[in-house]
Amino acid sequence: MSNATSTAPARDFTLYGETFSSRFLLGTALYSSPQLMRDSITQSRCEIVTLGLRRQNPANRDGDAIWQYIQESGCRLLPNTAGCKSVKEAVTLAEMSREIFNTDWIKLEVVGDDYNLQPDPFGLVEASEILIKKGFKVLPYCTDDLILCKRLLDVGCEVLMPWGAPIGTGQGLLNRYSLRSLRERIKNVPMIIDAGLGAPSQAAEAMEMGFDGILLNTAVAKAHNPPLMAEAFADAIDAGRKAFKAGLMQKRQTASPSTPTVGQPFWHQQ
Amino acid sequence: MIHVSVNNEIKSIAPATRLSDALHDWGYGDSKIAVAINQEFVPRSTYAERALSNNDQIDIVRPVGGG
Repeated sequence: MSNATSTAPARDFTLYGETFSSRFLLGTALYSSPQLMRDSITQSRCEIVTLGLRRQNPANRDGDAIWQYIQESGCRLLPNTAGCKSVKEAVTLAEMSREIFNTDWIKLEVVGDDYNLQPDPFGLVEASEILIKKGFKVLPYCTDDLILCKRLLDVGCEVLMPWGAPIGTGQGLLNRYSLRSLRERIKNVPMIIDAGLGAPSQAAEAMEMGFDGILLNTAVAKAHNPPLMAEAFADAIDAGRKAFKAGLMQKRQTASPSTPTVGQPFWHQQ
Repeated sequence: MIHVSVNNEIKSIAPATRLSDALHDWGYGDSKIAVAINQEFVPRSTYAERALSNNDQIDIVRPVGGG
């Protein structure tokens, strides 16, 4: 295998018919400056960024620089419905997003609980069905519940985004059993681990498990050096993907020497 | 005069004011915005014909960073 083949990222990440070479989706909130956000996007090598809509006083132009940098990045936009607590709110905000960002992609969030921002599974399925009928391409932020994910597929979602842990916690993959079961039972649908990751090693582990991509924000934005952390996550995601494609060895209970035992010096028949 | 709520702030306007005129008066004329009235999305193409009513709850949003 040539060196070029092993290092160049393949353009084999397909979401709703669009292909990408990066499997890293980056959020654009919480950075201490718009410049740090811009530099983090660059270092992350991401091709998709998430963003939102909020009420703002017309005299407040704070968001202008962020919006300008996001546009200049050339990344595909994935607007969210963050903070929506009902189907009605989420559907309306999605429609507002489609007009303002000129995209039918929506990261669908329906919050079911204020403490852990856990997605409301019932509202999520209902909102997904409504939005898909309205022509949206829905990327639902969901839990790792297998049956919820099946229901989301039933109503027409072509991508799933189960959480690793609650948003902004940095806890990593809290429920490996559920995530492994999800990957085992739903093999041919792109699944992106969204939220809760705090360290690149956690992203690499998710990719090694066979997940297709990683979406995060806080772990990069709140690092001491966000652009460097963005690069670290990008490298970890690439490494995890390569490891998955290469196939991990089976774990064993007992040790097994890697150096040949035949020809071992200093050994003599007793 | 009628009263409407704009992003949770009460404003007084003339009866039957058009949404496009109100947005201009409120300083949103050249902004990249999207609008909902009473939690229903209002397409930009209808701003000029949409007459505002007393007690309308108007949400005006703009792009922000998001996760």
